[in-house]
Order: sequence, then structure tokens, then C-alpha cells
Amino acid sequence: RTCKQTPFYDLCIWSLKSNPESRDASVKKLAQIMVDSLKTKATETLDLIDELLQDGLALDPEMQKALTSCAERYNVIIRGDVPEINEALKTGDYKFAVKGANDAAIEANSCEIEFPTKSPLTDMNKVVHDVSVVAASILIPAIENWVLKAVPREANSAIGSLAKAALSTSNHFSLCMIQG
Amino acid sequence: PLYHKGWYHLFYQYNPYSAIWGNITWGHAVSRDLIHWLYLPLALVPDHWYDIKGVWTGSATILPDGQIIMLYTGETNESEQVQNLAYPANVSDPLLLHWLKYPGNPVMVPPPGVKPDDFRDPTTAWLGPDGTWRLTMGSKFDTTIGISLVYHTTNFRDYELLDGVLHAVPGTGMWECVDFYPVAINGSVALDTSSLGPGIKHVLKASLDNTKVDHYAIGTYDPITDKWTPDNPEEDVGIGLKVDYGRYYASKTFFDQHKQRRVLWGWINETDTETADLKKGWASLQTIPRTVLYDNKTGTNLLQWPVEEVESLRLNSTMFKEVLVEPGSVVPLDIGTTTQLDILAEFEIEPLIPSTTNEIDDCGDGAVDRSTYGPFGLLVIADASLSELTPIYFRPLNASDGSLKTYFCTDETRSSKASDVFKQVYGGKVPVLEDENYNMRVLVDHSIVESFAQGGRTVISSRIYPTEAIYGAARLFLFNNATGVNVKATLKLWELNSAFIRPFPFERDTV
Repeated sequence: RTCKQTPFYDLCIWSLKSNPESRDASVKKLAQIMVDSLKTKATETLDLIDELLQDGLALDPEMQKALTSCAERYNVIIRGDVPEINEALKTGDYKFAVKGANDAAIEANSCEIEFPTKSPLTDMNKVVHDVSVVAASILIPAIENWVLKAVPREANSAIGSLAKAALSTSNHFSLCMIQG
Repeated sequence: PLYHKGWYHLFYQYNPYSAIWGNITWGHAVSRDLIHWLYLPLALVPDHWYDIKGVWTGSATILPDGQIIMLYTGETNESEQVQNLAYPANVSDPLLLHWLKYPGNPVMVPPPGVKPDDFRDPTTAWLGPDGTWRLTMGSKFDTTIGISLVYHTTNFRDYELLDGVLHAVPGTGMWECVDFYPVAINGSVALDTSSLGPGIKHVLKASLDNTKVDHYAIGTYDPITDKWTPDNPEEDVGIGLKVDYGRYYASKTFFDQHKQRRVLWGWINETDTETADLKKGWASLQTIPRTVLYDNKTGTNLLQWPVEEVESLRLNSTMFKEVLVEPGSVVPLDIGTTTQLDILAEFEIEPLIPSTTNEIDDCGDGAVDRSTYGPFGLLVIADASLSELTPIYFRPLNASDGSLKTYFCTDETRSSKASDVFKQVYGGKVPVLEDENYNMRVLVDHSIVESFAQGGRTVISSRIYPTEAIYGAARLFLFNNATGVNVKATLKLWELNSAFIRPFPFERDTV
């Protein structure tokens, strides 16, 4: 059912089917499965990038530049986006889970367009991108409140005035969440 | 757009000082028949702090008691997008000449979490089952997720933002000019914007800021939760069907209570240079208005069709029956002027050789891209030597699963010898059912061509700027560039009169 609301139905079904816990699971559980899959795929991609970079002198400078940039992006996915999504799934503030999944999709796409000619990562970038989009799509209907209401939640009082200043730009909020 | 006391009204984005965007006001024109338009004085101009940088897009809601509510986006003196309320100074004036702005404007400002430049284009409101009005407005979340916010109101002055969104689609970016309306599944009637109940689906349409393309999707609206879900998430808003596959943007519909139909307006801008626009002194067009209905034969598409009033422009007609066009040939059609035409064409194909599967998808590189079953169609705005031509064609392909996929396309690449105009190949898939021939309707008007395939399932609007194929030198041809089929074409075509669009004749009593 859940997969029907995502744009990559087959990928979604395949990802969830291969995990026995997906039967009768909640939206949160299903999203968690997709995020775990995202982490695995992103890590595999980063491993591949490192391997390709080890060719060192055999690479032409443009390819080297693109691969290095992609490595940075995949680090962001693995060390930034995935933890952000996991944190948000725990607290139930799905807006930030969607944001993290969305960012991962953007990073994968940005990596792919770094390559001026043929990309050695096309298939993997597509998988990471599509898995991220599926995760976001699963979570979107679960978001109850899309725009920030006037007062920050008490539960995150440690964030305090920093949050108030950041209310106008949702980008900053994720940094607050990770640090706070 | 709206219908009021015998007149159709169009309010449009207009720059009174230049042919390039700026100083944006609301131009105003009226018509008895959606075809013959008369210009009226400007309806709304930027004259308050809340719209001083531009009176942008808005929508009209006609209340059951006859009041007309106009909500529009204003750009403030601080470049913030806000929503303002305006209403007719005198609602008994059929021409609605004068408008007043609510003293308490703006009525909606960007809520926290929404950027001040991602908040525009409120829709026509619809009545919910609890008696409150709702409207929706496009925006974006986290840079790339297109969303549509929902507001509730009882008096059009005070608004409450709903916590959720009507719908969201990752990767689509900012949604402009959102349109949201019901369609009847039986496909034969149009519905008032507030219609709800069984036998009804809702269309959600968005203009994507990133790609400047209008997309739509058909789905189900839940008026209790104010959420909409697409019938097919793989063809969700922004990633699936386009309203028009050509040069077309910022479209919106309105319900015409006079003739009980839903009418679609769309903006076709110029694809020549701004220098040329300044030189000629004008820029941008609206399409001939189209009726919109749910296509209950496919269940997946809308059907758009030029309003029947366009037929009042038809002059003499000519018929061609079963003209044979062999593979790789061009057949001239001997008629008078070909720069203002209404063409109805039906094509039958007769396979000569078995087709190869896995041919290149899509419209290819234009009409020169040959495959077994296509391309075949018409060459409009062509000169006798074919130095300039605009093919409009069908390209049926054998898909790898054995089914037949058909693309409907317009090829502008050789439409003009001029080098400073856009010349694209436009097109998209069109469902063709078992019992259907390939049919198209084409409206030609000098530099604009509107093409409708299979009764309006797929539509392409095109701007072309010929240098040779103009006025008396323009010709019409049939062509078949397929390798393996004979094509038999049957056509009925009419020369179209001009609509003589001019200022409203205030000096005289009646029109």
C-alpha cells in the first residue's frame, strides 16, 4: 500500500520485500527500512569512489575533480543526512526526516551532474537518488505540520534563541537539531 | 477570468509601458463569446505598499450570493509576496470597470517557514462540507519539494493556515499558479469548483518554476483532511503529464456558469529576442480558450478542446478525402490562404513492411527522424520550396512489449530561417485506443499553432517566426516520412477570419 504512493513503486516494493520486518509495519518502520537501505547504498557508492580515486595518476584531472567532489557529497549523505533522518524518525518530527531524505537525493543528483562526460557512478547515483525519493514520499503524508508555528517547541528549549533566529530559513534548523 | 452579467472577463498581467515584463498591472478585457475581445481600462495597478512592486497573479471566487472576491499576489515595497483582497466597486456593473482594494490588506503574509519569495498565486476558493471556504497556494519546502498550502476562511478577510499540505512532490521545486478543480468521471459535464461527492475526481495542476512547464495529475480529494492523492504516483504533479507539451505556462481554469463548462486559459510567450519584442511593440499571447473534461475512455488524461465559439470565425471550408501519402513523400493541399486555419485531420495507416522494435523513443530529432510507422502529419506555415516548414505529426512506435506507443509532436527546427529564435521539437505521448484513427485538430494563426491530438488528450502550442512562409506565400502540405506505411489522410479545413480585437467602443451605446 505504502509503495503505491511513491513514484518508484518497483524499487520501493523490492526494498521493503527484502526486509522481513516490513510486513504490517508502520510508516515510521517502513521509512526506517528505506533509510537503512540508503545508508548501505551510499556507503557502497563511497567505497567505489575511493577505489576509483586510488587509480591516482591514471585519472584525467576532470574525472579526479568530479570524484573528489562526489566523495564529499556522499560523506554529507552518510554523516549528515542519514543521522538527521534517523534522529527525526525517533522524535517523530517527520518534516526533518523528509528534509534529510530530500537533501540526500539532491546530493546524489549533484554528484551525477559533476561529470562533464560519462559518469562512472550513474547506476549507483540513480539508486541512491531514487531510494531517497521513496523515503521522502513515504514520509510526506505523515507530516502534520509543514510550516513552523510562531513558538518553538518547549522540548527543544536548549535550542532557544538560536532557533528563533533561524525560523525564517528552514535550512538552518537541521544544524540546530544535530547540535541540540 | 470569470463570467458576469453577459460578459466574459479576462484579467491579465500587463506592462503598460513596455513589451518586456515590468510595472505589472492587471489589464482587463471583455467578450461576449471568448473570441471577440474588447479592451477596457486597467483593473488593478500597483498603488499601495502591498503591491507597489507588482500586481501579480490572482483568482476570482464568485460567492453564492453573487459577490465577487478577488485575491491576488502583490509584491510589497520590501519585495515580499503577500496576498491581497479586492472586489468590484459596483457589482451591478456588467463591465466591472472599477475595483476597490480592502483597507485591511494584506490578508495573508508568508507564514514562518515559508520564504517571502515562495508565496504566491492563490486559487479560486471552494466550499468545504463544514461550510468554510478553502483555497490553496503553491510554495516549496527545502528547496526542491513542491508543495501546496491550504488556507481556510469564512469571510475572505481572515485566513487560517492548515498544518498539513494539500500535496507535496519531491524534486519538483517551487509550484506557481496552482489550480485545483473537480472533474466528473463520466466525462460529459463540467463541475462548479465547489463540487464534491461520488463520481468526482480532482485535478491538481502546478506551473513548475524550475522548468517553466505546466503539469497536472488526476486524483482524489479528501475534504475532511484537505489532502489530495494522485491516482498514479508515478505520474504525480510535476513528474507526469503536462497540460501542454509546447511553449505554454501559467495556465488556469475557471468555471463558466453561463454555459456550464470549465474553461482553460494558457500563456504563450515569445520565443524571439527581447529586442525584437521591443521593436514590434508587443509580446505574449493567450491561447484560444479550451474546454476541459475528464477523458473517461482512458481514465488517465484530461481532454482539452478549443471553445466552440472559435467556429464563428470559420469562413469557407474545403474537404480532402483519403489522400494517399506514400512513404517519404509530401503532398501539397491546394487551398487559399493558409496563415489563419482551423484543420481537422484524420489519418489511417496501412503497414507495408513489418516493423523493427526498440526504435528511439520520443519525438526524436524532429520530422527527419524516420521510423517504420511514422512520422506523418501536416506541414503548416511552409513555403512552396519547403525552405521553411513546421511539421505536426504522429510517431507510432512498437514498444518492446509488443504494444504500440504513439507520440504527438511539433518540429520547429526548420520553421524559420531566422537564427535568433528558439526552434524546438516539442511533444509527448498520446494514448490511441484500439478503435481510433490518428486524428488531430490544428489552429494556425501566423506565428502561433495550437495542435490537439485524439480529441485533446495531448496538446502542443507552438510559436514560430517564419521569414518566407508568410501571408500569401504560406502553404499547407501533408507528409509521410515513415519507412514502412502508406498514410491515407482525410481532412476538413476552414480559413479563419480575424477576431478584430480592439478597445471597447465607449462612445457608442451598444456593441
